[in-house]
Amino acid sequence: MSSLKSDMQDYKELLSQYLKTKDEAVLYQAEQFSKQSIQQNISPDEVINVHYQALQELIPNIDESVQDSFQFLIETMISYGLAYQEHQVLREKQIELKSEIGVAANMQNTLLKTSVPSANAMDIGVKSVPAKEMNGDYHHFIKDEQGNIGVAVADVIGKGIPAAFCMSMIKFAMESFTENQIYPQWILESLNRVVGRNVDKGMFVTMFYGLYDVYTHQFYYASAGHEPCYVLREETGEFEEIDAKGLLLGVESTVQYEQLQTAINPNDLIVLLTDGVTECRVDGRFIEQEEVLNVIKAHAHLESQEIVDHVFKYFERLQDFQLRDDFTLVVMKRNDG
Amino acid sequence: MNLHIDGHRNENLGVLKLSGEIDAYTAPQLKEELLALVEEKREVEVDLLKVNYMDSTGLGVFISALKLSKEKEHHLKLINLQENVYRLFNITGLNDVINIENTVKGELS
Repeated sequence: MSSLKSDMQDYKELLSQYLKTKDEAVLYQAEQFSKQSIQQNISPDEVINVHYQALQELIPNIDESVQDSFQFLIETMISYGLAYQEHQVLREKQIELKSEIGVAANMQNTLLKTSVPSANAMDIGVKSVPAKEMNGDYHHFIKDEQGNIGVAVADVIGKGIPAAFCMSMIKFAMESFTENQIYPQWILESLNRVVGRNVDKGMFVTMFYGLYDVYTHQFYYASAGHEPCYVLREETGEFEEIDAKGLLLGVESTVQYEQLQTAINPNDLIVLLTDGVTECRVDGRFIEQEEVLNVIKAHAHLESQEIVDHVFKYFERLQDFQLRDDFTLVVMKRNDG
Repeated sequence: MNLHIDGHRNENLGVLKLSGEIDAYTAPQLKEELLALVEEKREVEVDLLKVNYMDSTGLGVFISALKLSKEKEHHLKLINLQENVYRLFNITGLNDVINIENTVKGELS
């Protein structure tokens, strides 16, 4: 209250100065005064009241009807005052929500953390970038006792916070599988049941799952409605699409997934990705995907993590580059001779 | 770009002719109209001849409609899909569970 009192004194002086001089500099100070009032949560009707008090002191004999009109004006401003208070409350709430989403995003990162397995036979690089704060993409690595490597990339249809929760559920389901159950076909069939039973009707998941046998160098894979992945063959220097037919997770209660396999030779590169590829344009190409593959090819001699970093650097350098969807890229290179 | 939805109904059949883009902005409107139609009519046809763009939210709408049609024992059919729109159904394996008839190339006005 004391600040309001001193503000009032300031206001009175300002007003008096202005009435005498009509100086624009004083007008500017009035503007500053309004900014200050907003910071101190002073409502419009209070400001008019301050004006009225100051006026009464500066001009002792104001016409009575003018005095009454001020009472009238103060009343008409009351709703503005209330709206202003509401606005303040909403602003505070918004700040609160924003910080909660931040907490959720952090929690998601912690919950979904997966470590890239170290293996002599395989050099693995991975990068995942969300388009918004919460990532609807997911990747996961499993290493069994024999050292074989399971890898999953997934994309939730339906974005934001629900998608993130869905991902956490899938991760915990995957971690509960025992080590002799990490064949792709089995994993997708099990996850399909988990997703179908536990996920909201409007949400669906695509997943590509691969298992790399470090002894036979066979790569087993299956796909639940996920876009194709690739193997860059050292021998030919060309990408080979690897794809298996299979339905999205969570649409039908029981689905059988096809499991295929391919031999991986030294220095072959397995590329798994999720991209906004579940988008299409009749008049356009999948420019990003082609470009991604070209950049990978150009850097194929590097270590896997450097390769994926180069891909992202390449896109960051492009003008107007904006992710239209979460994007995840996993590169695995057989690096023994 | 918007999505224009043109609906026709007769005794047992409901038809939606779509033109434009199906994305996060237009999908809610499509979902509302499509689900209402599937609820109401035993046979529902969706004509996608003039749909030149669809993203994953569009897939979500058709999956919801498919589920509802199974519950109601109604039939849902998609016709005249542009090749690249069909590609989405193909990648996701939905072409095996949704009745899709006739894919086309071009013919976009």
